[in-house]
Amino acid sequence: MRKFDTKVQELKYKVLRTVAEEAIAGRLTETLLDIPKMIIPGKTPTMRCCIYKERAILSERVRIAMGGDKKNPNVIQVIDIACDECPAAGYEVTSSCRGCLAHRCEAACRKGAIFFDNHSHVAHIDKSKCVECGMCSKVCPYSAIVVRTRPCQNACKPKAISIDPDNHALIDNSKCVSCGSCVYQCPFGAIMDKSFILNVIDMLKKSENGGPHVYAVVAPSISSQFSYAKLGQVVAGMKQMGFHTVVEAALGADMVALGESKELVEKGFLLSSCCPAFVDYAKKNFPEMAKHISGSLSPMGAIAKYIKSNDPSSKVVFIGPCTAKKVEVRKETVAPYVDEAMTFEELQALIDAYGIDLTSMENSPLDNASYYGRIFARCGGLSDAVAEALKEQNIEFALNGTACDGIEACKTALFKKSKNVPGADWNFIEGMACEGGCIGGPGCLTHGPKDRMQVDAYGREAMEKTIKDAVSLLK
Amino acid sequence: MKITVCIGSSCHLKGARQVVEQLQWLINKNSLKDKVELGGAFCMGKCQQGVCVTVDGEIHSVSPESVTSFFESEIEPKA
Repeated sequence: MRKFDTKVQELKYKVLRTVAEEAIAGRLTETLLDIPKMIIPGKTPTMRCCIYKERAILSERVRIAMGGDKKNPNVIQVIDIACDECPAAGYEVTSSCRGCLAHRCEAACRKGAIFFDNHSHVAHIDKSKCVECGMCSKVCPYSAIVVRTRPCQNACKPKAISIDPDNHALIDNSKCVSCGSCVYQCPFGAIMDKSFILNVIDMLKKSENGGPHVYAVVAPSISSQFSYAKLGQVVAGMKQMGFHTVVEAALGADMVALGESKELVEKGFLLSSCCPAFVDYAKKNFPEMAKHISGSLSPMGAIAKYIKSNDPSSKVVFIGPCTAKKVEVRKETVAPYVDEAMTFEELQALIDAYGIDLTSMENSPLDNASYYGRIFARCGGLSDAVAEALKEQNIEFALNGTACDGIEACKTALFKKSKNVPGADWNFIEGMACEGGCIGGPGCLTHGPKDRMQVDAYGREAMEKTIKDAVSLLK
Repeated sequence: MKITVCIGSSCHLKGARQVVEQLQWLINKNSLKDKVELGGAFCMGKCQQGVCVTVDGEIHSVSPESVTSFFESEIEPKA
């Protein structure tokens, strides 16, 4: 059984899988326009007002599965016609207001925005005074005051989403960090990450015909995914798809832990560079802090660079939970090493499009990295690894780090540090745009409370117990 | 001379790290550093025979126990 958190993910999966199947069979150009009908064959609408709108939206989803809008440089894209134009009026008094005598709402409002109807005595909010603090809502004994905000805007911590004149969500690319939070949160699936699986299929086809090897670099958060099969079976399945081999990005993380710990001692203060959305956020919102961002490649970049130094003609595909990685691989500092990035959602779609039954596969081992490289997948792991790297190298350095869980926490830490607020005397800031770290990424198949434990358990299974031992292989 | 040790998952679990470390030690000890280039590769497609080591493209099966005899027969005389 495929397991998805939401029906939106399931629909996205169906589109990706169908596009992939057609591409693998080499008939995508002929069947392209039929895909919406292949996915919803009947004449009864399954999720929208009519079958025609459903299919029109599906056509847009197919376009995004094939790389999306070429004119838009962002990998996160709004499907206008799928946007439900959710109400976004902020705090509102509903018909549950009974016009009571207590008027707790009035007392709680520091802005004097609550006023009452002379006849029915029910409360109203003066929007010209309201600052959306929510105090009135908290104190109402009838829960009569509700907040109407769009899930996408709620999810978007860098505040990049506004509402266009047609009432659709609009992404401001100058603020967006491509974290993909809105993609996962929109209940109508109206915001999607562009998919480049066709590039991956093309690489695998060429490799099959004697072309360059295609290496899969997988993020350690894979340990909490694919609940229906063993990790070894997933690795075997990927090899059957045509990947030459599968390498842990966590080995790159081991390399980064060594590199960043040295850099930290040299510079005295450092922001981590592993999470591309955090790096982008820091650059866009705290430009004065940008010079402190570590110069290290991300773990993905570091291991891919090593792979290419040994097999220069090869192709490297990163597979992880992250949408921002799709932007990172297109940066000129990373593009020479990593050829494409895709998510676990997309991997699942590809595995099924290739007709691979993971549960019947033999186990293929995956063991390149140390415990510390593997725990980069969860918030705090990077800080632990840097502390360990300092210890292993016998470097005397009083590490005073803070691990930021989610963009809000990153914002707070960057703000405090930039203003030298007392207590913010950290010398290392680990920034993770997704809550929980990479295991909370939008490209994950599941986002469960057990994920963090699974990452730690996976870390402990690593044969190499120290960073130095794991990296000593790389000559 | 180019020596490549497979450091893919399967060979790693069979002791690729020990093989690399011993080869490095032997190369240094025999002052062959200028003549021998040691490198790594992820998977040579012969996982059953690991740890896989190629000497100028020719593939050999080596274990942490057999490194010394492998070095004496395949590397030292040819370098």
